[in-house]
Amino acid sequence: MVNIIWMFFIIGGFIFAFINDNVEDVTQALFDSADEAVSLAIGLISIMTFWLGIMKIIEKSGLINLINKALTPLARFLFPGVPIDHPAMNAILMNMSANLLGMGNAATPFGLKAMEHLQELNEKKDTATNAMCTFLAVNTSSLTLVPTAIIGIRSAAGSNEPAEIVGTTVLATFLSSLAAITVDKFLQKVTR
Amino acid sequence: MLEIVNFLSKWAVPAMIITTLLYGHFKKISVFDVFIEGAKEGFDTAVKLIPSLVAMLTALGIFRASGAMDFLLDLIQPVVQAFRVPGEIIPMALMRPISGSSTFAMTTDLLHTHGPDSLIGRIASTMQGSTDTTLYVLTVYFGSVGIKKTRHALGVGLVGDFVGFVASVAICLLIFG
Repeated sequence: MVNIIWMFFIIGGFIFAFINDNVEDVTQALFDSADEAVSLAIGLISIMTFWLGIMKIIEKSGLINLINKALTPLARFLFPGVPIDHPAMNAILMNMSANLLGMGNAATPFGLKAMEHLQELNEKKDTATNAMCTFLAVNTSSLTLVPTAIIGIRSAAGSNEPAEIVGTTVLATFLSSLAAITVDKFLQKVTR
Repeated sequence: MLEIVNFLSKWAVPAMIITTLLYGHFKKISVFDVFIEGAKEGFDTAVKLIPSLVAMLTALGIFRASGAMDFLLDLIQPVVQAFRVPGEIIPMALMRPISGSSTFAMTTDLLHTHGPDSLIGRIASTMQGSTDTTLYVLTVYFGSVGIKKTRHALGVGLVGDFVGFVASVAICLLIFG
């Protein structure tokens, strides 16, 4: 899918360059963009380094366990089929915490662990369970409290207030998660 | 309501940093050393983004400089303008469920072209933070345990993406518009 879209941009662009007769500008834009991409990534090093440092303190100090505890009631409601002391629940909670904190890459390992344990509870091994579908709904609608990577690119782009989108993001992500979970719960009832 | 959102936006990050440091100190971990330990990964993470950033930004650079982007945006402009949606963010919204790194590159591009504090910049930032790459998450998570019948998971994910997009635009228009 990405392959097609990527080729569409490049080939489509060159076809338009031929029609509009501006191939030289387009070729120049290609190399300028490549330059820009590298300087952007380099500019990101500073802010990524800072946030990953803070994240490590959250993890090591056990602050993440407190967040887990706070999320337990929500998890009971979302995953009624998963026993609260099952290892799957712990992994789900760690994954949700990491997502809430915008930890991105750190959330994925917990998510995969959770899927592994959810599969232990699955009777039809090739078919997703209700808990799995809910877990995916929560993950794809991305419950986030602090979108650290965005704050990073905003400050790298010279924003006066890089963190001003935290409030709007929390609201938007709350609505998208609410919608995804509602539709998921509804479809579970209907398709059972 | 608006004041609360603004206040939250300004103080969420400082509050989180202070809480983290005090809690870490209270739990008797050497916050400085642990910070350094985590911070080491920052360089790798940023550098790992270079290939996908270069791939996507060059493709977008070609598409835009040739005039193809303007042509495409002109086509859909009447539809999105009826809803006061800035047309520039449409390509990013379409890419969001498909590829995380590409969308990240597109967000970065929008922030640089229009400025991070512009309405477009703010909508792009909000959208980037409030949605996730549905197809990727689905593929990786279900693939890892061999689930083939994914039932309604894809549909639910796409509903979440769509609501996230509409909510990002509406909320940003309301607060910053």
